[in-house]
Amino acid sequence: MKGVSAVSGRTKTFGGGGLVVYLLALVAVVITLGPVVYGALGGFRSNEQLASDPSGLPDPWVFRNYSQVVTNPDFWRYALNSTIVALITTVVAVLFGVMAAYPLARYQFRLREPLFMVFVLGLLFPAAVAIIPLFILVTRDLHLGNSYWGVALPQAAFALPMTVVILRPFLMAMPRELEEAALIDGASRVGIFWRLALPLSMPALVTVGVLAFVASWNAYLLPLLMLQDDMRTLPLGVADYSSEHSSDTAGVLAFTTLAMIPALVLFLAMQRRIVSGLQGAVKG
Amino acid sequence: MTTTEAAISGEVTRRAATRRVAPRRAPGPAGARWRQRLEIAFFVTPALALMALFVVWPVVSAVRMSFYHWKGFGPMDELVGWRNYDYVLHDDVFRGAVTHNFVIVFASILIQLPLGLAVALLLNRRIRGRGLLRTIVFVPYVVAEVIAGVVWYQLLQPESGVIDGLIRSVGLTPPEQGFLGTPSLALGTVFVVLTWKYLGLAILLFLAGLQGVPDELFEAAQLDGASWWQVQRRIAVPLLGPTIRTWCFLSMIGSLQLFDMVWILTGGGPADATTTMATYLVNQGTGRHNYGIAGAASVVLFVIGFLMALIYQVFVLRRDTHEAR
Repeated sequence: MKGVSAVSGRTKTFGGGGLVVYLLALVAVVITLGPVVYGALGGFRSNEQLASDPSGLPDPWVFRNYSQVVTNPDFWRYALNSTIVALITTVVAVLFGVMAAYPLARYQFRLREPLFMVFVLGLLFPAAVAIIPLFILVTRDLHLGNSYWGVALPQAAFALPMTVVILRPFLMAMPRELEEAALIDGASRVGIFWRLALPLSMPALVTVGVLAFVASWNAYLLPLLMLQDDMRTLPLGVADYSSEHSSDTAGVLAFTTLAMIPALVLFLAMQRRIVSGLQGAVKG
Repeated sequence: MTTTEAAISGEVTRRAATRRVAPRRAPGPAGARWRQRLEIAFFVTPALALMALFVVWPVVSAVRMSFYHWKGFGPMDELVGWRNYDYVLHDDVFRGAVTHNFVIVFASILIQLPLGLAVALLLNRRIRGRGLLRTIVFVPYVVAEVIAGVVWYQLLQPESGVIDGLIRSVGLTPPEQGFLGTPSLALGTVFVVLTWKYLGLAILLFLAGLQGVPDELFEAAQLDGASWWQVQRRIAVPLLGPTIRTWCFLSMIGSLQLFDMVWILTGGGPADATTTMATYLVNQGTGRHNYGIAGAASVVLFVIGFLMALIYQVFVLRRDTHEAR
């Protein structure tokens, strides 16, 4: 473990890993991926295989479970609902969020920090606290029960604090000279926002956008109360499918595995951006 | 919200004279003042309005609801004072729920923090496949809590589940009712699954924090003859302080709001062994239509969360803002 004796120049930092390090890493990988791989492989087995040897490999490989899910119109219905809700949530949260973050980052006024604190405090209001009145508000007062907007708008509202908190430092880091030059050229502040601040903060917008999208894609509590039947999103579909077909373990595993793919792909593709976004938020 | 906006515009009036960047074509100081007021209102109003409607108003309604006896239909007119709070605070199920939330809060900090740190320090070494490892440890975080819950539910099935099979294969006897079906084991099992799900976020944040530590520091310590362990303990971990404190804060807030995983794995059972404040209030609200009791439980949940955040802010996080100045 000690790399000290090996230091011959400045290039070699603590590096390397002995056998122990690799073993520990292997254990971490097995524990982390175990359940996911089990789910994916379980989908390729039959219920009889699963019953006779829960931890075995598919033998023979069964493709019926996955093909049943893929040809199940409900699955696509849920996926479409999830996509629409997540897209509305993301667009509203990112647009309203960057608009709010802009004056908080670029204007000078004394109530700026208290106003920012309003958003920070928003982080402390979990959806769970207000879920029952929220349900009543959306279904009875706004008549948005069982609709895309009825889920997306509250979700965007709850995503806003995080969005503003992450975006503000990015907008603050924008060089002042650019803004001044634009002002001298006769641009308005609103014009600067659209043509300068928005394009320059695009990487941060992607970060908060992906976070909002995945949070919405994975959300359960709010859709659980608001959406029924044809309007259900994938997590609701998965939960209901698993309780309705509790005897069909292999089918449940196939359904579950396919449902987790979109968020996984999106997040892994955007991994670098997410990391740098979170990093900024933690340091900020 | 309107008071906030009014306050802001008033503030803007006073500060306009000292603004650093004045548009060249500004039509005199008074016009510029108004203009900036309007601009700020234009940018901030949509976000504030959305939060006022869907965050603040429901919270206010929850407070109002908590003082009424209301079954969800007809007018809400049967004022009962503090009776709902009296009920909630003396209800063994709710007391259990609060206890469970706090068990998760402290278990997360005592177990996930050291574990997350260890893996982050491990992954910060220059080992082969480091990038891939980082991606892998983050996978559970990306999977929806519901989906992870459904898979773990299958793994944890008594008799037919893989976990029981593994335990039997090393010669031990798994609990008869299964891990989720035995009251004394259920909460611990839920916590293990939560750790699997959320350790990735801790690792990711700690790694991001470690990237901020200049390599020269490590190299210098190394040249001075410090061991790997000493370097981690004396340099890396202390420098990670702010990140660790932020993570603890996020983890605490998340643990207090715990709902999805419990709802999927146990539904709060067996025998209320895993109820949380959130499952309690959803159960009372949409399940039994005791909206007043659900309201009181919401308020208690919010007050607990708010107090914890405040205490944490004052005693722990303030150090960071001071150090930063």
